[in-house]
Amino acid sequence: MSDSDLPYHSPNDTAPIIPCRGSGTSSSLRRISHGPAAFMHHLFRETSAFVWTGHGSAPTFLASVSITRVPEDRNGMMYSIVPLLVAAFLSSAEAEVRMTAVDTPNDGGGSITLRWIPLVQTEYAESVSVLGLYRRDGLGGERIGLAELALGDSAFIDEDVVNRQRYVYEIEAEFPSSTAILGTAEGTAATQWFRTDRSAVFVAVVVFTGLLLWFTYHARSGRRMFIRRIAGLEAVEEAVGRATEMGKPIMYIPGISSMDDVATIASIQILAQVAKKAGEYGTRLMVPNRDPIVMAVAQEIVKESYNQIGRPDLYNHDDIYYVTYSQFGYAAAVSGIMLRERPATNFLLGMFYAESLILSETGNTTGAIQIAGTDSDAQLPFFITSCDYTLIGEELYAASVYLSREPMLLGSLKAQDYAKALLLALTAIGVVLSIAGIPQFARAFH
Amino acid sequence: MHPSPDPGIWLAAILTLAGFSFLWRDNPFFKVMEHMLVGVSAGYYLVQYAYSALYKKLYVPLVVQGNLLFAGCAILGLMVFARLFPKRSWLSRYPVAFYVAAGAGYSIPSTIQARVVKQMQVTMVNFLDQGSVIAVISGFLLFLGVVTVLLYFFFSAEHRGVLGAASKIGIVTLMIGFGASFGYTVMSRITLLIGRFQFLLGDWLGFL
Repeated sequence: MSDSDLPYHSPNDTAPIIPCRGSGTSSSLRRISHGPAAFMHHLFRETSAFVWTGHGSAPTFLASVSITRVPEDRNGMMYSIVPLLVAAFLSSAEAEVRMTAVDTPNDGGGSITLRWIPLVQTEYAESVSVLGLYRRDGLGGERIGLAELALGDSAFIDEDVVNRQRYVYEIEAEFPSSTAILGTAEGTAATQWFRTDRSAVFVAVVVFTGLLLWFTYHARSGRRMFIRRIAGLEAVEEAVGRATEMGKPIMYIPGISSMDDVATIASIQILAQVAKKAGEYGTRLMVPNRDPIVMAVAQEIVKESYNQIGRPDLYNHDDIYYVTYSQFGYAAAVSGIMLRERPATNFLLGMFYAESLILSETGNTTGAIQIAGTDSDAQLPFFITSCDYTLIGEELYAASVYLSREPMLLGSLKAQDYAKALLLALTAIGVVLSIAGIPQFARAFH
Repeated sequence: MHPSPDPGIWLAAILTLAGFSFLWRDNPFFKVMEHMLVGVSAGYYLVQYAYSALYKKLYVPLVVQGNLLFAGCAILGLMVFARLFPKRSWLSRYPVAFYVAAGAGYSIPSTIQARVVKQMQVTMVNFLDQGSVIAVISGFLLFLGVVTVLLYFFFSAEHRGVLGAASKIGIVTLMIGFGASFGYTVMSRITLLIGRFQFLLGDWLGFL
């Protein structure tokens, strides 16, 4: 805090607040109302408040304390000694309204967290009428109001700050006849590159990546890897064959989420395998899309799949099309297409929301064989009740591996399995140790 | 009966009935409603994205604020349109690849945090020290459910013997969870249906 900021003048009071400089980033103020302090305040009643900025030591405080207005009819000796008494009193007292301003940890910057002792726990609880939080952009900057605080508030996160810029915060209280700044603090926001509260995730990603590389290496070296039978995926061949026999198209719905969704990524990988099988049989494949980026990816995937099986002529750009971004507009349109085109097989694989039952129930009424899959636990019950086969959660992720049997992907599936085994073991150890009264192991995951 | 004089209410009611007509079979009224919904929503989202993406997230930072980093984003965005030119359509793969990679990179850590680490956190507790018999049983069932469901999703071994028995408990646990979820969601959908009927009988026809 610079000298230019001081002293603070109360808007409702002609008497200035006496500032005392300190070296820290937190501050406190004692508004003296009883006991020896009240006596001294009575002597200096024109002086409305004392501000002590920082954790300045008593000598520092004594050196910097000053009284700007002294009643003229007092004894000179008395006036010279009272400031020292006030200083001694304040330096020995525990601060009542301490305030800190620190960069919000584990964030992308642009945020400062303020904390203070709630005033409801102090002597101000009954006398404060309005409590406000203010901010100055740097030293001497414009003062703006951030929020009106309740007496019980003890923290505030200011998310409207610029990184590496210094801000000064003030808590100002309005008393029945005066206004006082109860605390000030300075803070700077910064970006953290590593979230320490996500260390468990980091370790999990590193371990999983290690397993992935290890099993991919072994898969590529020709080692045979077993995968158990997954009923829903065994039926893919049958479903494509059925559409071929009936001379009807296959409809593939890749969910309604975007490409940053794991379920959509898994669905697109399955689409590649379904497109290959459809191409081998020469069956028409329709892919209505809700997301334009997913549509672009689906077009590329289907085109590439047809190329790989030597049937680029089968690719029809208009069969992988955009419908609308509206959730229920998409559901209505796809339902209508199901009734008019009558696809023999419907694949509903990806992320679905409330439209899942509309789509799967409409497909059911058309008599199509339906293979669905999602990792949305809220929608799985609807697929289970209205579809012939349902891939539950991780079966969706395993599907593309199961269908393609590519060594690289097989390695990833094996890595997933061993990662699950590791998680299972860690969970069991955590439970056993918690029961044995050693909760530290479990806490490491928090 | 006091039908609403508002033509907007009448239009909404007729479109609602056209939507319900799908329960009977596909018909011209449903087709009109379907095409209107698709067309109106497509137009709406076009305008919305033109404003929120092109203007707010590209024009303002690039042109108004002069942040040249956004020029790279603009180029990537323009490359998507290369799909319209068959000889240069390969260019569109770069922004798509960037988007997929960024999406995967962004979602994998958050998925691990939300679905793996959080699950472990709530499972690794001393369920014998929960205060009541019901809480102890609940804690044990939670632990048993997590273990057996994880074993169900183990693909590297045939589900026989102990693993088979455990995975059967796992799938039963899943089905119990799905049943509860089904009931809960159906109830919320019934609420939506009631809302539509309130609109038809109240706002439109004035019975309520």
